[in-house]
Amino acid sequence: MGFAASVIFGLAALFAIAWALRTGARATFSGQARSLAHDIPLTASFGLLVIAIYTFVAIAAPILAPFPEREIVGGQFQAWSAAHPLGTDRIGRDMLSRLIYGARNTVGIAFATTALAFVVGAILGLWAALVGGWLDQALSRFVDALMAIPALIFSLLLLTIFGTSVLTLILVIAAVDATRVFRLARAVAQGIVVMDYIEAAKLRGEGSWFLIRREILPNAMAPLVAEFGLRFCFVFLAISSLSFLGLGIQPPTADWGSMVKDNATLITFGDVTPLLPAGCIALLTVAVNFVVDWQLHRASGLKEQ
Amino acid sequence: MGREVLLKIEGLRIEGRAGEGWTEIVKGIDLTLHKGEVLGLIGESGAGKSTVGLAAMGFARDGCRITGGSILFDGIDLRQAPEAERRALRGKRIAYVAQSAAASFNPAHKLIDQYCETPVIHGVMSREQAEKDATDLYRRMQLPDPEGIGFRYPHQVSGGQLQRAMTAMAMACRPDLIIFDEPTTALDVTTQIEVLAAIRDIVRQSGTAAIYITHDLAVVAQAADRIKVLLRGDEVEEAETRQMLDAPREDYTKSLWAVRSFARAEQPPATDAPILSVQNVSAAYGKVPVLDDVSFDIHAGRTIAVVGESGSGKSTAARVITGLLPPSSGTVMFDGKPLPPALKGRTRDQLRQVQMIYQMADTALNPKLKLRELIGRPAQMYLGLQGKALETRIRDLLDLIELDPDTYIDRLPGELSGGQKQRIGIARALAAEPKIIICDEVTSALDQIVQEGILKLLNRLQDEFGLAYMFITHDLATVRAIADDVVVMQRGRVIEQGPKAQMFTPPHEPYTELLLSSVPEMDPDWLTRLLANSRAAMGT
Repeated sequence: MGFAASVIFGLAALFAIAWALRTGARATFSGQARSLAHDIPLTASFGLLVIAIYTFVAIAAPILAPFPEREIVGGQFQAWSAAHPLGTDRIGRDMLSRLIYGARNTVGIAFATTALAFVVGAILGLWAALVGGWLDQALSRFVDALMAIPALIFSLLLLTIFGTSVLTLILVIAAVDATRVFRLARAVAQGIVVMDYIEAAKLRGEGSWFLIRREILPNAMAPLVAEFGLRFCFVFLAISSLSFLGLGIQPPTADWGSMVKDNATLITFGDVTPLLPAGCIALLTVAVNFVVDWQLHRASGLKEQ
Repeated sequence: MGREVLLKIEGLRIEGRAGEGWTEIVKGIDLTLHKGEVLGLIGESGAGKSTVGLAAMGFARDGCRITGGSILFDGIDLRQAPEAERRALRGKRIAYVAQSAAASFNPAHKLIDQYCETPVIHGVMSREQAEKDATDLYRRMQLPDPEGIGFRYPHQVSGGQLQRAMTAMAMACRPDLIIFDEPTTALDVTTQIEVLAAIRDIVRQSGTAAIYITHDLAVVAQAADRIKVLLRGDEVEEAETRQMLDAPREDYTKSLWAVRSFARAEQPPATDAPILSVQNVSAAYGKVPVLDDVSFDIHAGRTIAVVGESGSGKSTAARVITGLLPPSSGTVMFDGKPLPPALKGRTRDQLRQVQMIYQMADTALNPKLKLRELIGRPAQMYLGLQGKALETRIRDLLDLIELDPDTYIDRLPGELSGGQKQRIGIARALAAEPKIIICDEVTSALDQIVQEGILKLLNRLQDEFGLAYMFITHDLATVRAIADDVVVMQRGRVIEQGPKAQMFTPPHEPYTELLLSSVPEMDPDWLTRLLANSRAAMGT
């Protein structure tokens, strides 16, 4: 009972703070920033607030965490207490500290992976659509071949070959995800490259990079932004499942996905602690999607009905 | 009149959503239509013609609402009637023909399936009857192969035929009223005649009343018994067609009538060497030949009009000149030197000299870039302008095209009207400081008053900068207004070319004759006379 109530209370408090900050922003800013603050829906300001808190926690983790990330500081599965606010895990590490460090590891890796997948996938996709011909054929068929292999098995294969460091993890998941982004970017751009303004820019003698950056990308932004929100959540899942299989983020590094798995037995005893890392993931994905929805709305020029 | 009143609209007011609030777009229009009568509704874009037309069916578009007045259709108040009753009327007693038949047909179904849908739903006739009836109507609309055409898909039928099939579809339940919303605007002059004649005949034969919405006066003069002129949601005047054409009362109506009077001063024949010369060019898309031994010259300070219907190769000629489509044989000479055939082989300066303005300003301007960048980019790229010099140049260009720099410099294309967008297209071409501008149907998507403004602007810029224009068009009225030389093309060949005066005096090549006679005239008897002539010609 107390847990459910505190969750509801916590969310309500976040919404209240977001509302207060938005009102404050409307009053303080002027010019462009003000109209931005005026347009922003409450859900998006909530999302921005949550993202800001996560970012702060990730950066300031060593200051905020009461105990070190990897040190055994107590007994196994200790209950919530004053010394260990969220208890300890199955080998006696402080849950709260690991949760805080997890923000740094999980969110950082997921964000870097998604960003990398988007930069690579979008640029290649737009380029393939723009140039067409054999380049498009070569890139698209290569991507088809990659997509034909189940993503998880493919990642496992690559991780086994290249070893399991954080860097290879990022590169491997980004490579797998970039194929999906490539498909989307290419499909969207194919509708754009036939427009007269692209022909006009080609007649002007513009190079491919300018065409991609200034003429195509701004018009392909809306679906790409929407996809970003979705991909970000999928990357969390991918990292968690790889961790579960032992090829993801390696222990003793704290990671929300493996924290759920490691402490899952507690649930049978009516303890909600293992749900907390899962809740952290859920809250962040909802927050990211709130912000993405808002950006999508702005980019596509849709008006409220 | 003495005839029975079919539709009576009184004090109609319609509001449209504008940002946060609502603005009135139809401001108290009265309209009376008798049975079997055709009313022409004309005005420039934004006059509220289409909105009034839809309101006659008791319908308001998304983002619009009817706020006042009454709409009485055969004694039924369409504003008070429940939605079910209005839906029972639509398609059965009131039908609608949209501007673009190509966009209004569902591409996934055969024509006859779409035809039969309405009469079967309304329970007017069975599927078999409807199919028989469709064939009969297709025949009366003079569609080729009336038995077979219904079993084709929309993309297998030409634009003019689709528009006639759409009219046949509207006639399916023999409605009392048909609303035609610019049914011929998107068509070629020669196709327009066929559709116009077919629409007029079927409406007269079946005694259907019609509201004919258009911005082209000459067209409405052929079909309407009465004409009503609208301006920004207000009525300007209404009169019988002949009376309206002979003696318009209001100044605004007179100005509409006078639009076609703009003409560029006669130029003496060109004597200097051509700035650009197309020499024996043939070109093909893959294996399909599109240009066959085409030659013509473009002189500095002069306008050459390239005329022909769709598919005649006029736009392809422009693609060869710009280098988008390398010719299979022949050369394009610029200033006495041959231009490299492909875009990639040309230097930046060669690219700068030939600029292009497109038909659809909507797709020719990147919707996500501000005017500052749209216009500034060519100046920055070709002339190396930066910072303050660039800003000054952009402002000068906006001044040149008669848009206020302070208001417009940071706007997006979506915040401009159609005519203003086309002006931005012109400014972008000018920014490169070219010698030649290719204008590809630049006025055909605009209504007449806006068209005239664009033509005047182009003419002024030509005098100011000594530009050469290559004007691609199918509209001979535009040719008359601004051309110095004319090239007539058909099926990839040049049929006839010479100075304008020569082109507009007989004798003509048969194809030129057909094009010339297809331009609607401001005379209600023009279409009747034209059809009589062509029948007589066929008889001999």
